[in-house]
Amino acid sequence: MKFGVVVFPGSNCDRDMIGALCDDLKQEVIPLWHKDKDLSMFSKEDCIVLPGGFSYGDYLRCGAIARFSPMMNSVIEFANSGGKVLGVCNGFQILCESGLLPGALLRNAHQQFVCKNVFIKEEGNPAALKIPVAHGEGRYFASEEVLKSLNDNGQVLYRYCDENGKLTDTSNPNGATEAIAGICNEGRNVFGMMPHPERACSNILNNEDGRVVFSKLFGLS
Amino acid sequence: MEITAATAAQLRITEEEFELIKQKMGRTPNFTELCAFSGMWSEHCSYKNSIKWLKTLPRDGKKMLVKAGEENAGLMDIGDGYGVVFKIESHNHPSAIEPFQGAATGVGGINRDIFTMGARPIASLNSLRFGKLEEAKTQHLLAGVVHGIGHYGNCFGVPTVGGEIYFEECYHTNPLVNAMSVGILKNGTTVSATAEGIGNPVFFVGSATGKDGIGGASFASAEITEDSAEDLPAVQVGDPFQEKKLLEACLEVIETGAVVGMQDMGAAGIICSTAEMSAKGKSGMRIDLEKVPTRQQNMKAWDLLLSESQERMLMVVEKGKEQAVIDVFEKWDLPCSHIGEVTGDGMLRFYMHGVEEAVLPAEELVLGGGAPQYDRSIKEPAYLQKIKDFDVNAVPEPNDLKAVAEQLISIPNIASKRWIYDQYDSMVGAGTVSTNAPSDAAIVLAKPTNKALALTTDCNSRYVFADPYKGAMIAVAEAARNIVCSGGQPLGVTNCLNFGNPYDPEVYYQFTNAIKGMGEACIKFDTPVTGGNVSFYNQSPDGPVYPTPTIGMVGVLENADDKMTMDFKNAGDIIYLVGEARSDINSSEYLHKIVGEEYSECPHFNLEEEFSLQENVASLIKNKLVQSAHDVSEGGLFVTLMESSFNKNLGFSVVAGDRTIRPDAYWFGEAQSRVVVSVKVADEQALINLLDNCATPYTRLGTVTTGEIDLAGENWGTVDSWKDKYDNAIGNILKGHENEAALSAL
Repeated sequence: MKFGVVVFPGSNCDRDMIGALCDDLKQEVIPLWHKDKDLSMFSKEDCIVLPGGFSYGDYLRCGAIARFSPMMNSVIEFANSGGKVLGVCNGFQILCESGLLPGALLRNAHQQFVCKNVFIKEEGNPAALKIPVAHGEGRYFASEEVLKSLNDNGQVLYRYCDENGKLTDTSNPNGATEAIAGICNEGRNVFGMMPHPERACSNILNNEDGRVVFSKLFGLS
Repeated sequence: MEITAATAAQLRITEEEFELIKQKMGRTPNFTELCAFSGMWSEHCSYKNSIKWLKTLPRDGKKMLVKAGEENAGLMDIGDGYGVVFKIESHNHPSAIEPFQGAATGVGGINRDIFTMGARPIASLNSLRFGKLEEAKTQHLLAGVVHGIGHYGNCFGVPTVGGEIYFEECYHTNPLVNAMSVGILKNGTTVSATAEGIGNPVFFVGSATGKDGIGGASFASAEITEDSAEDLPAVQVGDPFQEKKLLEACLEVIETGAVVGMQDMGAAGIICSTAEMSAKGKSGMRIDLEKVPTRQQNMKAWDLLLSESQERMLMVVEKGKEQAVIDVFEKWDLPCSHIGEVTGDGMLRFYMHGVEEAVLPAEELVLGGGAPQYDRSIKEPAYLQKIKDFDVNAVPEPNDLKAVAEQLISIPNIASKRWIYDQYDSMVGAGTVSTNAPSDAAIVLAKPTNKALALTTDCNSRYVFADPYKGAMIAVAEAARNIVCSGGQPLGVTNCLNFGNPYDPEVYYQFTNAIKGMGEACIKFDTPVTGGNVSFYNQSPDGPVYPTPTIGMVGVLENADDKMTMDFKNAGDIIYLVGEARSDINSSEYLHKIVGEEYSECPHFNLEEEFSLQENVASLIKNKLVQSAHDVSEGGLFVTLMESSFNKNLGFSVVAGDRTIRPDAYWFGEAQSRVVVSVKVADEQALINLLDNCATPYTRLGTVTTGEIDLAGENWGTVDSWKDKYDNAIGNILKGHENEAALSAL
């Protein structure tokens, strides 16, 4: 498989994502410019990644403008035809704004930007992964109905937890509903998460837990 | 309009300077021209009261790739064909009035200084000073400044990896906000801030110009008073998204080979960039001001010349390659306007719709050219007598050391700054090694090389207040010590000299003595001063702030794996103090905050002793004999031991090596030149062998425990309870204020 990483003018994690995929995970990566539209070089087996950052400044709701970009129109089409899409941080916000994922990301409960290592766990797996977060609007929110279907269909990918895998109030960095850190769509081809696995893939940084995330999503390690 | 000395006075030009201007011009300047001099000869742009002294600092070194002060930032060789570009700058006065925008644009401005040279910024640091944290005003300023730094840096996409913050009463009205940025470039790709080649087009790129920040440079050159809020239009407004685009576009346009020279527009806007580039290139410029993109109507020539609107660059392009430049800026949706040409007669000629508005000799406007240079009078400050009169024996030894330690660990100057740095993106760039492996200096990968940079900002201004000469030496020494304890080799310095009014002889005494001490220390550590910034007039009607010559230091690690960390690794490891324990509580947090003594001498410091300590610690690290290294600073030995304990929740069991030293001095004193290391039992003899061959004394303090704190035979509980106090002290003081802060900042 290969990856396409979309570069919006205000993306600032695009280089980190490309670095993690190319250098740490040895994957083929093609950078994609937000003003372009062409995704013909990608098949359903491939994945388009929306990286973190401030796509168009995010002075409006985060991701609200990015969803209308030429490239996003193609990404939406790609996802609807079964292609894989991963959104991290601002990418997750864009996926929610574009309707590819349900729910919304609200301003953090404590009203402040937060950047630190947090722990997240997969549903049914107590092992906690240490992954950094860095966001001002990362509090996942969805209606009761949506939450029920997310839970019923096993669409919750990750929840915030403590280092022992326990869900506690203090381990939720932004007040997300049900401590949700990442979800996928019903078709299981569109993934969104607030934590940054691309910042935790290198032994020189003393944290390679991000590899576990890429392994789970795409079978990479 | 007749231009007189009274007009000049309104523009903060003295009568003497007005005469000098007339003499240089050979005539009386018109209002626009006088405005140009007002901006360019302001303290902020001309360094008129500091440059003579700055030139006495060591400004040369074999690794320096540009001369100090010649370009927008310092540039030093790190090997493997790469260079590090770095600079620190103040944004004190805007932050005092409008903390959010003041701090945000400080971050924006310093980053432009880095990428205008062709380097990609990879790390930011900041050095902050506020009044007492318990004060509502401080909480307002702190929340705004932290939010502003985060707002700009997080969006711009450069990690904020380190810094320092102190709370002292003297900064109540006049906080200090110093921002440092560090970038990397491939040697040989540097872009100079010069205008060369007669007929080459001059481009204006980046944001449109408005009336914001007009007179900012001269505003920064005045004291803060109650009326300063009326100067609000002198504060600029930042747009980090625009700056992010400007960064990418500038780096991309450099690759086209079309750029002859480039300079960002900071203080004094267009007049400063046109004058400095022309003076450097020994050329001139003809500029059509109506071609500058504006976002306000009816802007006059002087508005356009002096506006400090953010996110703008002036670029001289090779004639014939204009289209390549236009294409890049179009790609990034940024305004790009051909506003004039390089000329050869040394004059700046500004036109508005064909009408000549100003004709100015570039060389006469700039620092090093016609700008005045003064040496002010000096008088030993009266308060130094109070310091000499202090008698340490009058301070009784405390009965309950543990109670003092508990107070100490919660003092905002000592407690964890987590409440602050959690609001900064510290990891974007995926290069911050010190996140998961904490060290005394921040460690950032110097991609694409295998090297890493060790970065720190340091200045304990109370030491400088007590002894400007020695205190400034300590600032340099501590910065170097932090880098050495992190496994790095100190490379170079950028400084931010924050002082009061230079026309006050007592302030000038502090300034000149601090420069002397700084210079001597920089020579000793072979860390030339590559540039920086002077900020005078940091005072309120209550008097000047503590003299605060902040040192930003860059060090290099040949390989990121050479790093040394500050945290204890294993229970059972042996703890050593390298350096001499002294009976010295002078100017410590303990003496100042807990005993309540404002006036005491600077703590013990000897430059030679410090230098050999650092050499010995470096060789312990190089020989892989130690598990951790952490220098003793604010709060003394006890706080150092605690800080080494927190990361892995390990504790310590220690006893004082010398019972003749008063216990409060042994555990809480801040005598310099000490480092705490931990060593595996198996390596202990090798460590002793190495240290026995050095002049530096050392003491075996005790052992690392699984979490119990045991000091001088007394059980002080577990590391968890101390960590709770340390981690939450600042947050607890601010509690209840957070929501208001978040709203006020928007």
